[in-house]
Formats: sequence, C-alpha cells, structure tokens
Amino acid sequence: MLHALTVILATQLVGEVAARSLALPVPGPVLGMVSLTLAFATLPALREAVRPVAQGILGHLSLLFVPAGVGVIGNLSALKGMGLGLTLAILCSTALAIAAGALTFAFVARLTGASDD
Amino acid sequence: MTDVAQIWSYLSQGPLLWLTATLVAYGIGDACFRAANQLPLVNPVLIAVCLLGALLWLTATPYATYFEGAQFVHFLLGPATVCLALPLADNLPRLRRALLPVIAALLVGSLAAMASALAIARVFGADAALLAALAPKSATAPVAIGIAEGMGGQPTLTAVLVILTGITGAIIATPLLNLLGLKDWRARGFAVGVASHGIGTARALQVHPTAGAFAGLGMALNAVLTALLAPVLLGLFLP
Repeated sequence: MLHALTVILATQLVGEVAARSLALPVPGPVLGMVSLTLAFATLPALREAVRPVAQGILGHLSLLFVPAGVGVIGNLSALKGMGLGLTLAILCSTALAIAAGALTFAFVARLTGASDD
Repeated sequence: MTDVAQIWSYLSQGPLLWLTATLVAYGIGDACFRAANQLPLVNPVLIAVCLLGALLWLTATPYATYFEGAQFVHFLLGPATVCLALPLADNLPRLRRALLPVIAALLVGSLAAMASALAIARVFGADAALLAALAPKSATAPVAIGIAEGMGGQPTLTAVLVILTGITGAIIATPLLNLLGLKDWRARGFAVGVASHGIGTARALQVHPTAGAFAGLGMALNAVLTALLAPVLLGLFLP
C-alpha cells in the first residue's frame, strides 16, 4: 500500500514537473499515466505491486468528480441566459461524438481486420 | 448540554463534516444506482451533486467552506488519472492491434464534438468568449480550462461545461450505443473517453474493463488533440 501510493504520487509529481518545465499542452497526471503505462509494460513486478491500490482508487473514480460537480451548481448562473443553447449544444455534440467515434472505430476495425480476440 | 449551534459552528469550520458528507452523498447515489439495476439515468455523481447542492443551500454554506473538506477527494483525481495506467498496460497488446481504428475514431470523435457544439451555440447567438469556453469541453478539465483561457474563455464557465459534458456522456452512452447495435467494447469505451473525458471513463470502467481501458486511452489522446485543434476550429466558427 505504502509503496504503491508512493509510486503513483511520484509518477504524478514527475508528470507535473515535466508538463510545466517543458510547457506541454498535456496536464501532469496524463503524462504520468502514459509514463506509468510504459513502466508497467516493461516491469510486470511493478504492475502487480501497484495493482491492488490502483484498482481500489479506480473502483470509485466517479466519486472523485463530486466536489467539482457541486461547484457547477453554484456557477450555473455563468451560463448567462444561454441555458437552452448550451444544453442543446452539449447534449447533441456529446451524442454525435460518441456515435460517430464508436461507429468509425468499428468500421475501421472491420476494414483493417483489427478485430478483437 | 452544549448548544447545537455551537457544535455546528465547530464542525462547519473543519474539513471533517463536508468530507464525510461527500462520501455519504456518493454512497446514497451509488446505492440508488444499484437499486435501479445500474440504469444509466440514475447517475451516482449527479445524485450526489444534487444532494450536496441542496444541503449547502439549506445550511447557507459557501462552496469555499465545502471545498475545504471535499478537496481531499478532489485531490485524488490526479493520482486516479495516473492509475489509469493499469488498465492501459493490461490491454497494451490489444491497443497496439487497434492502432488504425484508434486514430480514425479519435479524429472523427474529437472533431464531431467540437464542430457540432460550436455550430449549435453559434445558432443560439453565443459570443466569442462563450464559444471559446465551449470548444474544449470534451477534454479533461485541466486541459480544457488551459485551452479555453488561452482563447479568451472564462475558466469557471469552462469547468461547468466540461462537467456537464462528462455527466451527459456517462448517462447517454450506454443507451445510445445499444441503439446503434455496437458490441465492440473497444469502440464503445474509446468513443466515450474521447467525448466525455474522465466522467465518461469512470462510467466505462463500471460497464466493462476493456471499455474502461480504451476510454482512458481516448481521454488521454483527446486531451492532446483538443489542445491542437480547438484554436483552429474556434477560428472557423467565430461570429
């Protein structure tokens, strides 16, 4: 638990430092995710050591969005009378992006024979 | 006997009360979600947010006070993003095999999300600042806020739009993809991660581990692509 948490936090720290010092357009945690994926791929023992803690945190990933979500309620007035337009924009664009993205993925996978097995 | 008001004033100063309230509210939301047979519309985040919003309003508690307690949960978003390396590493061979579908779906999903949102908002008369806040809404919050600010969008408004997009994606993904008859968990997860970042990824992880891994990948890739494309698309749609 202690070692796994240290690995996770240290990876994020390295990601944050790299993102800021190199002025990358990606946030530190995302950089950390990419580098830890590569580390896991080369060091299976590390992956197994971190697995229980990572699974514990990811098991309730939704919970972590609650504080930011509560912040949204107090700021709904920021939508400034554009409520209907923005609601439609978010609903339609999200539905379209999910449908178009998933259909494209499935279509190209069939085309290139990149099936899942 | 100690006055209730005294206890309240003591508790409302520290982080314990609102941290506990956040966990309890999410617990209630999660229990409702399970009781409703995991119906996507009964979204645990949405329920918890509404419960806590009502509680803050009833007790006249400012968000800053609430956040002093909730920040411990909020902080874990960063480490949790790093932890997405686990499903990614577990699925690395399948990700490599699906390289072309991933690239194609990323481009189509990301462009569709931005272009359609900007077009609809434009029809409703949104000004340049609003369009700038709206354009990167499918990217994960820190990226979206950075991009929007760079283009003249307001950070608070961007955060609101990002969270609303995530919750929308988490709610509509399953019924929408079932309607389209898509059974490929890679395609389903990846599209949800691209369109609705971490909240969509959290939902995908609940549904299927493969969907969760591809959603995490979609979220990461779209963070980069949105940073590159949002300024270009915004230029096309400016009034």
